[in-house]
Amino acid sequence: MVPIEYYLALSALLFVIGSAGVILRRNVIIMFMCIELMLNAVNLTFITLSKVWGQVDGQIIVFFVMTVTAAEAAVGLALIVVLSRRAKTLDADQIDSMKW
Amino acid sequence: MPHLIFFGLAVIALVGAFLVVLAPRAVYSALALIVCFIATAGLLLQLGAQFMAFLQIIIYAGAIMVLFLFVIMLLDPKTETVSPNRLIKFFVLIVPLGILMTLLLINNFPLPSITAANWNSIMADDVRSIGNSLFRDYLLPFEVTSILILVAILGAVVLTKRPNQ
Repeated sequence: MVPIEYYLALSALLFVIGSAGVILRRNVIIMFMCIELMLNAVNLTFITLSKVWGQVDGQIIVFFVMTVTAAEAAVGLALIVVLSRRAKTLDADQIDSMKW
Repeated sequence: MPHLIFFGLAVIALVGAFLVVLAPRAVYSALALIVCFIATAGLLLQLGAQFMAFLQIIIYAGAIMVLFLFVIMLLDPKTETVSPNRLIKFFVLIVPLGILMTLLLINNFPLPSITAANWNSIMADDVRSIGNSLFRDYLLPFEVTSILILVAILGAVVLTKRPNQ
């Protein structure tokens, strides 16, 4: 069997790659996909620890995370569509009308 | 053999994740993200969480990524090349952060020791225990989730509606 630390390390790496993507990329859609990647890494952690303790609660949390992700994707992509209609761009650096 | 499967899937997931961040076009990013999700679903299967693995494929790789691909095709975002400068920044960023996060995750939990004997016995009856827990202990959050989804549907419709129609 595979040591549990390997799963935790993998999910930590996936989370870090996703967060680096949010910081580095400037395309709004790709930033959004990197957030999905981070959520996915967190789900992996939850299920690994749920397995470790032999309890099902971690999987229930993942269930709720998935639901929230679906809702977030629907609203977020609607926002992106409206944004591209109004600002005519998907570059996060050029969307600065709310910057002080 | 489990090690081989784990490392294979882990490498696929990591390569997919790197491609999500580094791919020049959004469509490639979305496809790489699907690969990453499917590899993660394989890892969940290996952990014995079958229900979550298939939910992962259906919801993430199916529904959510199709939504993403729809929007990408609709908006047709410009190609954005990742310059070498950014690439260096990327690795400077993820190497210390990755080591830090890994150490934090591994060292901060008092993990109970798992032997090969009880590894297979835990969560053998996966779907039934999830159903019992979800509809007994977590019934109220489950119902609240339905309100959340309703609000999300309405929000998406209201946001994308043109004002003059």
